[in-house]
Amino acid sequence: MTKFQKKLWIGLVVMALLSPIGIFLPQFFMAEGAWGEWSSEKLKEMMGFVPAGLERLADLWKAPIAGYNLGGEGASVWVQGLWYIVSGLIGILIVGCIAYFLARIINRNAP
Amino acid sequence: MHIPDGYLSPQTYIPLLGLAAAFWSVALRKIKTGLSHRYIPYLAMAAAFSFLIQMFNIPIPGGTTGHAVGGAIIAILLGPWAAVIAVSIVLVIQAVVFGDGGITAIGANCFNMAVVLPFISYWVFRIICGPARTGKRVRAAAFMAGYSGLFMASISTAIQFGIQPLIAQDAQGLPLYAPYPLAIAVPAMAVEHLLLFGILEGIVTALILGYFMKHEMDLIYAFREIKND
Repeated sequence: MTKFQKKLWIGLVVMALLSPIGIFLPQFFMAEGAWGEWSSEKLKEMMGFVPAGLERLADLWKAPIAGYNLGGEGASVWVQGLWYIVSGLIGILIVGCIAYFLARIINRNAP
Repeated sequence: MHIPDGYLSPQTYIPLLGLAAAFWSVALRKIKTGLSHRYIPYLAMAAAFSFLIQMFNIPIPGGTTGHAVGGAIIAILLGPWAAVIAVSIVLVIQAVVFGDGGITAIGANCFNMAVVLPFISYWVFRIICGPARTGKRVRAAAFMAGYSGLFMASISTAIQFGIQPLIAQDAQGLPLYAPYPLAIAVPAMAVEHLLLFGILEGIVTALILGYFMKHEMDLIYAFREIKND
């Protein structure tokens, strides 16, 4: 690994440590989730009903670290923040390894 | 911009999965033969960066939140096909491990953020940048690449949301999937990406390109490609 690449990885880990900004800022400014990504409960509140097909598919998958948080829905912002950092680190480890080894395995120019 | 499960009808998510798969297969072929091995560590870092930058949710006060994707800068630095792979890996892991974006919507989300975004960004960058290698023109090209790439991805997403009420209704005429029509979905997503999230992707793109121009100028794919023209 070159010195420049090492510096970039350090930068990425620092980004992971700063990532709770991404949950604190929306809470501070009382912003909700992204447009078009509402939960079934929220849709019911907005429209008065939950579309039948949507209800059928919505809970198709139980993600192991759903919402980047294992602290439960009532967790304090600090616990959520901590899980967010852990999720960031786990995330970059997984996607970094998949990208690296995928490219290493299929790339003909790989040394 | 991560479409959850249930918002898209099978008539939408299956063709989009096929479309995304077509791009994955070409992208893998490009990585197999066309990617110089010195890009491989950067591909891993690109995926890590895209994962992290998407965690920085930025609020519209009292409104919705959004984030940059990083697809534009990856397309400029490593090429659009490498960006297809890096961002797709991120989107699959977000869906499977973190429940961010639906399993059924993986094809749609990859098409929007890992295909539309990097290709629009890459070509906007090349067209605006032209032969320039320093100065304001490169910075402007990088900003516009990020801005327009994320904007077009949001329009593509909004169209997928907005056509659902036309495609699938129950016996009473109520929508079966995403409930809002094009006339609501497209303006809602267009405005928030024009006013805030697109600007964010543009700034991220310009800042990181500036950093690489200072430290690893000869790595930058978009500049090497132009040289070969």
